[in-house]
Amino acid sequence: MINQNNILETIHMIDEEDLDIRTITMGISLLDCADSDIDEACKKIKNKILKYAKNLVKVGDDISKEYGIPIINKRVSVTPISLLQSVSGGDCTKYAICLDECAKELGINFIGGYSALVQKGMTQGERELIESIPKALSITERVCSSVNVGSTKAGINMDAVKLMGEIVRKSAEVTADRNCIGACKLVVFCNAVEDNPFMAGAFHGISEPDVVINVGVSGPGVVRTAIKKAGADKSMDEIAEIIKKTAFKITRMGQLVGTIASKRLNVPFGIVDLSLAPTPAVGDSVAYILEEMGVEHCGGPGTTACLAMLNDAVKKGGVMASSSIGGLSGAFIPVSEDAGMIAACKSGSLCLEKLEAMTAVCSVGLDMIVVPGDTSASTISGIIADEAAIGMVNSKTTAVRIIPAIGHDNEAELEFGGLLGSGPIMPISKVKCDKMIDRKGRIPAPLQSLKN
Amino acid sequence: MRAIISVVGKDKPGILAFVAKKCADNDVNILDVSQTVLGETFTMMMVCEVDSKIFTDFVSLMEREGKNHGLVIHVMHEDIFNAMHKI
Repeated sequence: MINQNNILETIHMIDEEDLDIRTITMGISLLDCADSDIDEACKKIKNKILKYAKNLVKVGDDISKEYGIPIINKRVSVTPISLLQSVSGGDCTKYAICLDECAKELGINFIGGYSALVQKGMTQGERELIESIPKALSITERVCSSVNVGSTKAGINMDAVKLMGEIVRKSAEVTADRNCIGACKLVVFCNAVEDNPFMAGAFHGISEPDVVINVGVSGPGVVRTAIKKAGADKSMDEIAEIIKKTAFKITRMGQLVGTIASKRLNVPFGIVDLSLAPTPAVGDSVAYILEEMGVEHCGGPGTTACLAMLNDAVKKGGVMASSSIGGLSGAFIPVSEDAGMIAACKSGSLCLEKLEAMTAVCSVGLDMIVVPGDTSASTISGIIADEAAIGMVNSKTTAVRIIPAIGHDNEAELEFGGLLGSGPIMPISKVKCDKMIDRKGRIPAPLQSLKN
Repeated sequence: MRAIISVVGKDKPGILAFVAKKCADNDVNILDVSQTVLGETFTMMMVCEVDSKIFTDFVSLMEREGKNHGLVIHVMHEDIFNAMHKI
């Protein structure tokens, strides 16, 4: 019989420490739906998505009930829509409406892939898609958008960086009456990954199979409790060992759920993304893990080192547990979705500049950060360029998802609701970078790109 | 399919009998039982064989019945524990 303590440990992780499968995401290729007639393409898209994902929610709920593990989100990611737009032309937002309808019919909360990959240059279709993003995010509810503006291999496309600063601002502006929610559904990437199951940045890469199941696990609460139980006298390497063991267990659960889901849906299993993704629930915070390690408040000296070790230990534990690790895999630091981060921002211990440093060692980037409504497009572009540079040079994924609180000058924070949480408006540097952004062009790929 | 029933609650006479009766009523075959009382807390683990057709209904039934009797009862597929705790 299985050890009684192990059984109780698992139950305790789920009941008390918010252990869950964050998402089962079905990736669906839409390359075969491309058509020179946009309405025809939308029809094909709808048929294909509804055909493959019709049982996604039911299978997720069944597994959740049988195995006793909460599966929070069921989602779909699709081929970057810019590729279809390049074929069809026309009003790109029709694709967004089509995806939104699919999401509603399936009962999933987000669908990702209203995306373009423009790290080296932009085609006409990609430009049209990017320019349509603010409208698309405003008229739809569940569509998520992402744009990749740089990579270690290609460098940074500064034309796209300039454009995305404007698009982020505009996305917030057109949804100002809904707490600028448009910008919450838009991620600007460097080194975007093709098999990421987490929103808002998920899309189904072109090197992926026709349909695939990817699973994102979570469990910051479990890691925090494990460190707490270990006590204050443990050395950092002993703490790393504890994190590894915990990550192993969490990932094994993800692997199990992914395998079963793929079997039941008759779709090949892709990857487990073993990210520590926080939620606004108080125990479920990455910031509190760092504080448990011994930093008084997240953002203080020592934070980056603790985060680097956490990120690395999570990967090491996960790699042993599953042979198909992928996606972003590491620790997320979205401010508005993490109770500890919110508290640290409010107390003043965590600022934008420290967050930027943290993104050099975490798995993604500046995520869910609310900045003042008068932040200019070029300042946002500057932040995107900085973040992309960190990703490019370090051969890692970085991202920017910031929300200018346009029309909310008198408020201290923006409330998005649900998993997106609420973010305090963070002060931002007033130093201008317009001249640099206006130069446009390309930042050439670094020496690290020449590996052949 | 094999499932693990875990029962935790304040100790009193008849808990094991109560759970076993529910199992028998639903044609659930008990394969192994381990039970201890620590202080005043009753803890029991049961390995059992459940017909997969009735599994989800049995999960809900046991959780509800547990709640009505002041016990926390979980019924979970055995594979989850094997995956997490065995290499």
